[in-house]
Amino acid sequence: MMTALLLFWPALAALLVLLVQGQGAKRVAFIAALVEFAIALFAAATFTIAKTDPQFELSVPWIARAGISFSIGMDGISLLLVLLTTFLVPLIILSSFKHDYKKPNAFYALILFMQTGLIGVFVAQDAFLFYFFWEVALIPVYFIAAIWGGARRVAVTFKFFVYTIFGSFFMLAAFIYLYFQTAGTGIAAHSSDINAFYQLALDSSTQSWIFWFLFLAFAIKMPVFPLHTWQPDTYTEAPTQATMLLSGIMLKMGIYGVLRWLLPVVPNGASQWLDVVLVLSIIGIIYASIIAIRQHDLKRLIAYSSIAHVGLISAGIFSLTEQGLQGGVIQMLSHGINVVGLFFIIDIIFSRTKTREIMSLGGITQTTPALSICFMILLLGSIALPLTNGFIGEFLLLSGVFQYSYSFGAIAGVTIILGSVYMLRMFQGVMFGTRSPETEAFADLTFNEKAVLFPLVVMVFWIGLFPGTFLDISEPAVFNLLNIIQRR
Amino acid sequence: MISIILLAGFGIINLFTGFLKSNRIMLPLVLFFLAIVFGVNLFSWNDPQSYFNNMMTIDNYAVAFTGIMVLSTLLILPFSQRYVADQDENLAEYYSLLLFALMAGIMMVSFENMIMLFLGIEIMSISMYVLAGSDKKRPRSNEASLKYFLMGSFFTGFLLFGIVLIYGATGSFDITTIAGTAVGADGIDNTMFVAGLLLTIIGISFKISAAPFHFWAPDVYEGTPTLFTAFMSTVVKIAGVAAFYKLLNAGFASSYSTWFPTLIAITVLTLVVGNIGAAVQGNIKRMLAYSSISHAGYLLMSVIAFNERSEQSIFFYSLAYSVATIAAFGILKLVTVQREDESFASFNGLGQTNPLLALVMTVSMCSLAGIPLTAGFFGKFFIFTSVLEDNSLIWLVVVAVLLAAVGIYYYFKVVIAMYMQPTGNYERVRVTSLASFVLIFMTVLTILLGLAPALVSDLI
Repeated sequence: MMTALLLFWPALAALLVLLVQGQGAKRVAFIAALVEFAIALFAAATFTIAKTDPQFELSVPWIARAGISFSIGMDGISLLLVLLTTFLVPLIILSSFKHDYKKPNAFYALILFMQTGLIGVFVAQDAFLFYFFWEVALIPVYFIAAIWGGARRVAVTFKFFVYTIFGSFFMLAAFIYLYFQTAGTGIAAHSSDINAFYQLALDSSTQSWIFWFLFLAFAIKMPVFPLHTWQPDTYTEAPTQATMLLSGIMLKMGIYGVLRWLLPVVPNGASQWLDVVLVLSIIGIIYASIIAIRQHDLKRLIAYSSIAHVGLISAGIFSLTEQGLQGGVIQMLSHGINVVGLFFIIDIIFSRTKTREIMSLGGITQTTPALSICFMILLLGSIALPLTNGFIGEFLLLSGVFQYSYSFGAIAGVTIILGSVYMLRMFQGVMFGTRSPETEAFADLTFNEKAVLFPLVVMVFWIGLFPGTFLDISEPAVFNLLNIIQRR
Repeated sequence: MISIILLAGFGIINLFTGFLKSNRIMLPLVLFFLAIVFGVNLFSWNDPQSYFNNMMTIDNYAVAFTGIMVLSTLLILPFSQRYVADQDENLAEYYSLLLFALMAGIMMVSFENMIMLFLGIEIMSISMYVLAGSDKKRPRSNEASLKYFLMGSFFTGFLLFGIVLIYGATGSFDITTIAGTAVGADGIDNTMFVAGLLLTIIGISFKISAAPFHFWAPDVYEGTPTLFTAFMSTVVKIAGVAAFYKLLNAGFASSYSTWFPTLIAITVLTLVVGNIGAAVQGNIKRMLAYSSISHAGYLLMSVIAFNERSEQSIFFYSLAYSVATIAAFGILKLVTVQREDESFASFNGLGQTNPLLALVMTVSMCSLAGIPLTAGFFGKFFIFTSVLEDNSLIWLVVVAVLLAAVGIYYYFKVVIAMYMQPTGNYERVRVTSLASFVLIFMTVLTILLGLAPALVSDLI
C-alpha cells in the first residue's frame, strides 16, 4: 500500500494543482511534494534492510488473461531512487519560486505528474508496467521543456522526444519477445512479472540481440556516447526545472533500467558485449570532458559534464562487480544531488546577470559568501574530492572498472583530472577575477535559494562522510542482482 | 440481424424527415436511431445465429465490430451541427446514406457467403461515392467523388472476378465450403483458385486503402467533406479489415502459405507508404489520410499474424483508432470551417484559444502515435504481441517500430502547432456543447482504455 500511495499521490496532487488559479499553484505543488517526501521517509523508516525481496508489495491483475499485472514493490535500490526523487522534486519546485511562469497550474501539475511516472519506473515489478511508466515520465517533461523553454525549444525538444521514444519502442519489442518465452500461471500462458523474466533461459545469440534492443533504450536515456546528441541542446533549451528533472532524476531511469531489466534478464548477452559497452562509456567520459573544457555556456558545460559522469557510472556497472554496482547506485544519488545544485546555481547567476557566458562573468565571490560556499561544495562533490559524495561513488566505480581491466580503469580514471580541469576553470571564470558590468551588483542568496541549496549541501557531506547509511540499504539488493546475474 | 433490418428501415424513414429541412430535428432523430441499433446489437452477444440459409452469421465477432461501427457513427454525427456540406440542403439523404453504409458494414462483418460480402462492399461503396461528392459546389469534392467512383468500380471488378474464379475452382460461394478445399486438394483447379484468391485480396486491399492500391485515398479524403472523411477512415476501413480477417480466417486458413507472401508485401508497403507519406504532408487532412493508410498497415499486421490473438488485437486497435481518429477529424472540421485553412498553421495557438480542443487533439494524437496512457498504446501493444507470438516475424515488428517513430514526428507536428506557435490573429473556435460533450467523452474513453485495456480486450 505504501508504494501505491507514493505512486498515486503526486498524480492526485497534480489534478489538484490544475484547479488552482494563478501563482498560488506553486505553493500547493510544493506542499504536495513535501507530503510525498514525508511518505517516502516513512517508507524508508519502516523498510527492513536485510531483506532482498521487494517490500511494500502490491499486485493486482491488470490484463489478467494475458498474465500482465499491476505489480509494484521496492527493494533497496528502488527505495534509494524513490528517496532521491521525492527529495529532489520539492527542491526543484522551490527553486522555481522566483519565476512567474505563465500558466503555473499546468507547469506544476506536469512536474507532479512526471513524479508519478518516475516513481512508477523505480517501483514497477512487471515489464509492461515498467515500460508504461517509462513513457509516462517522458510526456510531461517534453511539454515542460517545449512550452516553457528557450528560443530553440521546439526543434530541440522534439528531437529529444522522438529520439527517446524511438529507443523505447525497441525496448517494448524486446519485452514482448521475452514475454512469449516465459511460462505463466493460472489462465495466462505467459507472464510479464520480473521474476518470470529472471528465470528465462535463452540461448546466447538471442540474448545478444535482446541486449541491444534493451540497451538502445537505456543508453539513449542515460545518454551513452554516441547516443548523447540530444542531451546538451535539450538541457540548454529547457527551463531550469525541466533540466533538473532530466539530469537529476530522469537519466537515472536509464541506469536503473540497466540494473533491473538488462543485466539480470540477459546476463549472457551482456557479457558478450561488455567490452564494447565499456569502450563506448570510456570514450564518452573522455570525449565529453574535453568538450566541457571548451564550453563557454555554463549550462552546456554542466550538460557535458553530466555525460562524462554518466559514462563512468555505466562503465562501473558494466564491470559487473559488487563495487561497480554499489558505486553505480551511490553515484546515481550523488550525481542527482550535485547536478541539480549546479543547475540551480547557474539559474541564480543567469537570473541576476541575464547571461550564462563564462567570459562575461567574474568576481561574484566578492559580494556573495553564501553562494560561493555552496557553489564550491557542490563543485567539489562533482569532481569527487574526498569527504564529498562524489568521491565515494567514483572510487567504487573506478575500483569496479579496475577489477574488470587495468587499462580500462586507468583510462577511465582520467575523468577525475579532466573533471577538475573544467569545473575549476568554470569556477575561476565565473566567481573569481575582476567584476564585469553584468556582475556589478550581484546580490547574495535569498532565503528561498538557501532553502534549496542547504539541503543539497548537507547531502553532499552526508553521503561523503557516512556513505554506509545508503550503501547498507542497497547492498542486499545489489547482492541479489549479482547472484541472479552469475547464476545464469 | 435485427440491427440490419432496423438500419435499413430507419434509413428509409429518415429520407422522409428531409421534408422538414431542419437539422435540429433530424440530428437527434438519427442519433436516437443509432442508439437503438447499438442497444439491439448487444442482445446478440453470446447468442450466435445463422440467417438466410447460412448466408450470414451474427456471432460475437460480428456483434463486436458492429458495436464499434455504430459507436463510431454515433460519435461522428454530432459534428454535423451547423455545417455539413452543401448548406444542409440534402441533409436527410446524407444521413440515410450513412445509415445504409453502416448497414452494409454489418453485412461485411457477418457474411458467410461471398455474395453477401460483395453486396456489403458494394452498398457501402456506392453510399460513399455519393457522400464524397456531397459538397456539390466545391470542385475538390466533385473530383474526389469521381476519382473514388472510377477507381472503386475498377477494383470492384477485381473483387468480383476473384469471387467468380474461386467459385469456378471450388463450386461454391459459401466460405465454409471453400475452406474445405485448398491449394493442391483433389479436384481443384490450382491456377484458378490462386488467381481468384489474389484478385479478391487486391479488391479488398483497395477498399481499406492498403498500398499499392492506396493512390485514391489522399485525394479522396482531402476532397470529401470532413465529416464523411471521418466516416470513411473509420467505419469503412474497420468493416474492410474485419471482413478481410473473417474471409481469410473462415475461408482460406488452409491456403495460408499462398496468400501470406502477398499480404506481407502489402502490409510492409502500406506501413512504409502511410508513414513516410504522412511525414511530408503540409495539409493536416492529407496527413490524416496518409496516417489512416498507415493504420491499415498496423491492422494488417494482425491479420498476417493469423493466430488466436488476432481477433482481439484487431478489435481493440479498431476501437482505439476509431475514437482517436474521429476526435481528430471532428476538431479538424471545427477548426478548418472557421479558419478556412487546412494546413498545420491553422492549428497555431489552439492551446491558447481553445484549451479543451487542444487537449482532446493532443490525447488523440498521442493515441494515434501509440504513446502510453492512451488506448492507442495498447492497440499497438496487442498488435505487436500477436505478431511476435511467431518468432519468425520479429523483423516485421522492427520495421513497424521504426515507422511508429516516424509517426510520432508527424502527429506531434500538430501538438507543436497548437502549443508552441503563436496564435496570430486567429480567434477562438466556436464549439457546440454537444460536440464538446462528445469530444470529452472520446478523451475519457481513450485514457480509460489506456489505463484499463482489459475492460474491452477481454470481451472478444
